[in-house]
Amino acid sequence: MISQDPPSSPWGQLRTGAARILRSSTFRLALLYVLLLSVSVAILLGFIYWSTAGYMDRQTTATIQAEIRGLAEQYRRRGLGGLTALITERVARDPVGASVYLLVDSDLARVVGNLDRWPQEMPDADGWIRFRLREWGPARAEEHEARAQVFALRGGLRLLVGRDVRDLEATRALILDALTWGLAITAALALLGGWLMSAGLVRRLESINQTSREIMAGDLSRRIPLSGSGDDFDQLAASLNAMLDRIEQLMASVRQVSDNIAHDLRTPLTRLRNKLELLSAELPASGRAADLAEETIGDAEEMLATFNALLRIARIESGSRRAAFAAVDLTPLVQDVVELYEPLAADREQQILYTSSGLGRVFGDRDLLFQALANLVDNAIKYTPPGGAIAIGLETLPGAGARVEVADNGPGIPVELREQVFRRFFRADHSRSTPGSGLGLSLVQAVIQLHHGSIALADHQPGLRVILRLGSGRSAE
Amino acid sequence: MRILLVEDDRQMADYLYKALAESGAVVDQAANGREGLLLAASGDYDLLILDRMLPGLDGLGIVRTLRASGNQTPVLFLSALGEVDDRVEGLRAGGDDYLIKPFAFSELQARVEALLRRGSPDAPETRLRVADLEMDLLKREVSRAGKQILLQPREFRLLECLMRHAGQVVTRTMLLEQVWDYHFDPQTNVIDVHISRLRGKIDKEFDIQLLHTVRGAGYMLRAE
Repeated sequence: MISQDPPSSPWGQLRTGAARILRSSTFRLALLYVLLLSVSVAILLGFIYWSTAGYMDRQTTATIQAEIRGLAEQYRRRGLGGLTALITERVARDPVGASVYLLVDSDLARVVGNLDRWPQEMPDADGWIRFRLREWGPARAEEHEARAQVFALRGGLRLLVGRDVRDLEATRALILDALTWGLAITAALALLGGWLMSAGLVRRLESINQTSREIMAGDLSRRIPLSGSGDDFDQLAASLNAMLDRIEQLMASVRQVSDNIAHDLRTPLTRLRNKLELLSAELPASGRAADLAEETIGDAEEMLATFNALLRIARIESGSRRAAFAAVDLTPLVQDVVELYEPLAADREQQILYTSSGLGRVFGDRDLLFQALANLVDNAIKYTPPGGAIAIGLETLPGAGARVEVADNGPGIPVELREQVFRRFFRADHSRSTPGSGLGLSLVQAVIQLHHGSIALADHQPGLRVILRLGSGRSAE
Repeated sequence: MRILLVEDDRQMADYLYKALAESGAVVDQAANGREGLLLAASGDYDLLILDRMLPGLDGLGIVRTLRASGNQTPVLFLSALGEVDDRVEGLRAGGDDYLIKPFAFSELQARVEALLRRGSPDAPETRLRVADLEMDLLKREVSRAGKQILLQPREFRLLECLMRHAGQVVTRTMLLEQVWDYHFDPQTNVIDVHISRLRGKIDKEFDIQLLHTVRGAGYMLRAE
């Protein structure tokens, strides 16, 4: 399978995870939902505020108006004297109370009342006025909001009747505060809920995505995990899995057909080859006929090699050889490959540069690993021009397993073809002229997959770099 | 040379019989395991060629029974089972070589010949000699006509294998198995290059060529 470099750090992973959630459609839906919810909650709370604050306001107005009615009654019956007497009495009865009275003459000088001066604020059309009330508390002057109605009386006198509304204001502020917090908490909770919900959905979608990517990378046996809840995601996953089963079945049957052809043709082809051999024994040792017979035997052998390679891949893919896995040290194995191919490279004036670190212990099948590495080195030699170099590096991984790299100076493989080269019988245009069946890399891939390893192709500028990673444990899965 | 062939596939048996008889062997045949075991135990054969999968008693069973009774006749297994385990199992049961079907007849011939001419393992040789080419297995030295030849360790093993089978065809697969000890299919004939290197060392400066390529089969070291 083609491996990708993992995100650089846990922090980076976290960031891409968060970005994924932010981009997700569920989260966007959740945001919209938060917005709508906030607006409705704001409207609702606004209404509550308006009705409570309004009620208290109306209460105050009613109280003031009741006082005014009392005073007006007194004024009508007993004139100014009665009015001042009543005001004086009320102030006396309630010296620090909420009621405010002030009767001034035409010079705005106080006649009677518990206010020291006439407010400067202008009354509205109905004679209502709002002003700051300065009161000497125990330590310092405090200012409160007050509301009052003003009247002009005969003789240039002016009367102000009102109430200190500080309690009202405080309550109003309290309610407003509570409502603002309520709105903020609602929005925050909704946002958190939206985030968690999207994270859950993103996680489940991501498991589908992840599986799809693994399948595209070549592991068709992967299936989407079900949560077991039987919800619509499970149903989607189950349908996709069923579809994958079907695809795998179809691919397997296509492969089965080609394997069967290879299998069934192998025996008659061997017989043909053997008869050719018997025939060539009858021919004079040298001459055109003998050459022709030998060429024909060579052709038959080439076909047999292709069939054998196909069947070999099929057998490897069946996974039965995993039962015979054992600890294998790659270092001597790679050395053997290098030693086996060194003369071939030398014949083509190529150099094999080999570096290794550690034992390179992996868990696997010695012969198959040798086959895979031999195929890679064989390819490297085939595609590297005379005078080029082939670099083979073996690195024991600190955790477990090993990394093997085979790099050549050949034409390389364009990025867009890198997935395809593992297909059976795939041959890049430039390689059509070189001998080979187009099964070499398929076989390598089958071997690496059997070992639960990974194979990656990269640029060697110029040339191709093949990077294998193999695990060391039984539980390499 | 007497060979017992135990093979239940009629076509295969006929074909093998013809081919073996042609190369001068006396061939007896059995089509099932029991008959095969009876013949093998009573007759005096130089080689047994056994199919692994047989009706009655399979190839492994025959070999185990024979070896248990002290019969050391060389055994060549033929099998459609080509996995490494199958081969190991066959060799562990007492088989001497293992050939996977379908095979080239030259491969079979080379292996039959190698088994028939195998020296007794009780007397390990210390020196090998083919014409004027000499190999000292203890000192790990090779010389031809008294002149020492320097060989790489692998070349030494390659030459040793060829000298042990002097006068016989050794196939490329046999060399890979015996000299390199890996069971794999090379995409290119890498062995040829090793052979030509070896040839350059042992044959180049001499009039008589000892290392020959046998068309369509493999290589042979022989003193003309």
